[in-house]
Amino acid sequence: MSHDRNVETARIETERDQSNPPQQLLDISDLSVTFPSQEGPVEAVTDVSLSIEPGETVGLVGESGSGKSVTAATILGLLEESARIDGSVEFDDQQLLTKTDDELREIRGDRISMIFQETGSSLNPVLTVGDQISETIRTHRSIPNEGISRLETSVLGNLLRSKSHPTNYERSWEQTVELFERVGIPAPEQRALEYPHEYSGGMKQRAMIAMAISCRPDLLIADEPTTALDVTIEAQILDLIDEVQAEFDTAVLFITHDMGVVNEICDRVAVMYAGRVVERAPTDELFAHPKHPYTQALLDSIPSLEGGQTLDPLAGQVPDPTDKPPGCPFGPRCPSATACCDARFPPEYPVTTADEPLPVREGGDDDVPSPRRNDPTGHAVHCVLYGSGDGLAPRRSPSDEDRQNADRGRPETDGGEP
Amino acid sequence: MNANDSQESTPESVGGTEPILEVRDLEKYFRVNEGVLASLVGATQYVRAVDGVSLTLAEGETFGLVGESGCGKSTLARTLLRLEEPTGGSITFRGTELTTLSDRELRPIRSEIQFIHQDPSSSLNPRKRIGDILRRPLELHRDLDETERAAEIRSLLDRVGLDPGMRHRYPHELSGGQKQRVEIARAISVNPSFIVADEPTSALDVTVQAQILELITEIQEEYDLTLVFISHDLRTIRYITDRVGVMYLGELVEVAPTGTIFDEPAHPYTQSLLSAVPEIGGSETAQIRLEGQPPDPIDTPSGCRFHTRCPLAQEACSAVEPESAFVSSDHQYRCHFTDPNTRTGTIGEPTDAAPDRIEDTGPEVSND
Repeated sequence: MSHDRNVETARIETERDQSNPPQQLLDISDLSVTFPSQEGPVEAVTDVSLSIEPGETVGLVGESGSGKSVTAATILGLLEESARIDGSVEFDDQQLLTKTDDELREIRGDRISMIFQETGSSLNPVLTVGDQISETIRTHRSIPNEGISRLETSVLGNLLRSKSHPTNYERSWEQTVELFERVGIPAPEQRALEYPHEYSGGMKQRAMIAMAISCRPDLLIADEPTTALDVTIEAQILDLIDEVQAEFDTAVLFITHDMGVVNEICDRVAVMYAGRVVERAPTDELFAHPKHPYTQALLDSIPSLEGGQTLDPLAGQVPDPTDKPPGCPFGPRCPSATACCDARFPPEYPVTTADEPLPVREGGDDDVPSPRRNDPTGHAVHCVLYGSGDGLAPRRSPSDEDRQNADRGRPETDGGEP
Repeated sequence: MNANDSQESTPESVGGTEPILEVRDLEKYFRVNEGVLASLVGATQYVRAVDGVSLTLAEGETFGLVGESGCGKSTLARTLLRLEEPTGGSITFRGTELTTLSDRELRPIRSEIQFIHQDPSSSLNPRKRIGDILRRPLELHRDLDETERAAEIRSLLDRVGLDPGMRHRYPHELSGGQKQRVEIARAISVNPSFIVADEPTSALDVTVQAQILELITEIQEEYDLTLVFISHDLRTIRYITDRVGVMYLGELVEVAPTGTIFDEPAHPYTQSLLSAVPEIGGSETAQIRLEGQPPDPIDTPSGCRFHTRCPLAQEACSAVEPESAFVSSDHQYRCHFTDPNTRTGTIGEPTDAAPDRIEDTGPEVSND
């Protein structure tokens, strides 16, 4: 392979100056998405709030069915018509949820672009890869010295363009080849002429990234981009995303279920469970001091590379989306669930590294406790264990049965906090 | 391949127990579609999915197979069970040569060797209830009457942590983790002594994966199973296996006890594979990035198969195929650098150290 780029030296530190004015690029607040189904409405996403600053990488992590991909699809307006969306999604101070399809099309692929897990199904199998990428460039960018006329931006123009203005086509092709080179596709001139089936998984993902960055977007949404890849290829792709992000100063919303990938690439993380964000924190903080019992269990479920550990698996499974518990969705599986957890989803409690969870005591108040502090700390958790007070009431109706049904023959965890 | 002469000196290196399975020079070549053009040219091409693998498994051990997709680990597993017909080599299970047995002769051995698939959605018949799925192997392999069978199905479901009432359900009504539990119940229903699990947890979420890994560990102890565990996930391999074989392009490039593989990997490929695993928490360690992707298995590189991506590769690596070298009796690897400790610097930096005796590599390589 003639291509000999040293990825390691080009690796860019992702540390960012936190003192920048917190101008939000993307601001999602209280987003809820409900789909109709035969068994009644399914609320896939509930009251999700999330913000991304320019140039920042935010991870959205959770297991299957946690609503992370639906959240991403909502940003881009990719949900089916039948979905009911509440809340607000502001991108660069524009409300995205009220935009028409035409207005969204101006933004998609140009200012916000997306890369997917299934590269196989997101590339058109009957067009060459180069064609697909140069089309994106022609659609969204006027080629220097070759302003696209009004006719050409019309539907008719789309059909005629490459013939009527071959130079336009050629220029976008040139840019495509440059992009291919930039994302590390060897022999870019030839590879651009090939069809998707001639590409390996890693190469397809590189091509997808080339397409995504072709218009230098402000925001890149990456939905499990490395999940289908081998670990060696995954490392290459993560490096590449890191590089292009630094080069183009693109903000990235990185959706994944893999905590290792989060650690590698994200500045901040939001952990989702059953459609809700349960904890948000800077990446280092989350790994060093996970607060929410779910985050702790999630991290404890990952076998370590050092070995010599015994896993203490979390019993049970994610709640049925048509039949979610009224309170904290994690309650039925939570080793530390208390009386107020079953009643309603707890508010957000800002926490600091030193905060310890409240003990569970007989005779405690079962009202939802108030926060210990009001100022945001960057690390917040939706869990009553981090409210103020001197104790919480034990659970009134212990649904230990639920847990044991799913996982009999194993002692329950004692709920001790690390 | 002369490398195997030396391997025969260590068949019982693990735990000193009797080997349950011995594999010698196993080959599985797939013929690549012969088009008109190919037949005119007269060249028959093969994908060498498994190419000269030798391996000895001790009773009761858990052997992990790791490698990138397409390295041949699944084909190796399927060939071990004769789900694929090997094109060369031998497989001896408890003294019986499997490769020459007819299908009928193989049938009693089938109950000894079981397989757990990666994707339980496609390995459980969607038209059958869980109870029927579990009943079939009992009918075929165990001499039970109907009431005993029904009781056995209930106890199997109970054993794998499912409600016995699940036997009336269809696979689509179960979650991924539950389906994998059924798959495990089916595998243990015939009291096997040897199970090959092909990526049993890859399709599962991490919390469910932890549950299934624990179940497999329990079952293994209870049934005294020998387990071949295939995974591309090094964390899982570290957790569950005793010994690991690292595969690259159809060859085992390194075999060692799990601790050794992770703490003192000798082969550059193993080292880069380990370094590619994202850390959980903590700072990033030195990264070795492999360039490119695995070469085409139809047209494998000459000499050392890894030389096209190897950060240590010297010119000679492309010319001479490395023999197996031994670090210790239970740690072998295929690389020209016969002593990893003489290598200067870490992988990832260019090294001046020439491969030891690469010029005069004859049929045998010094163990020095």
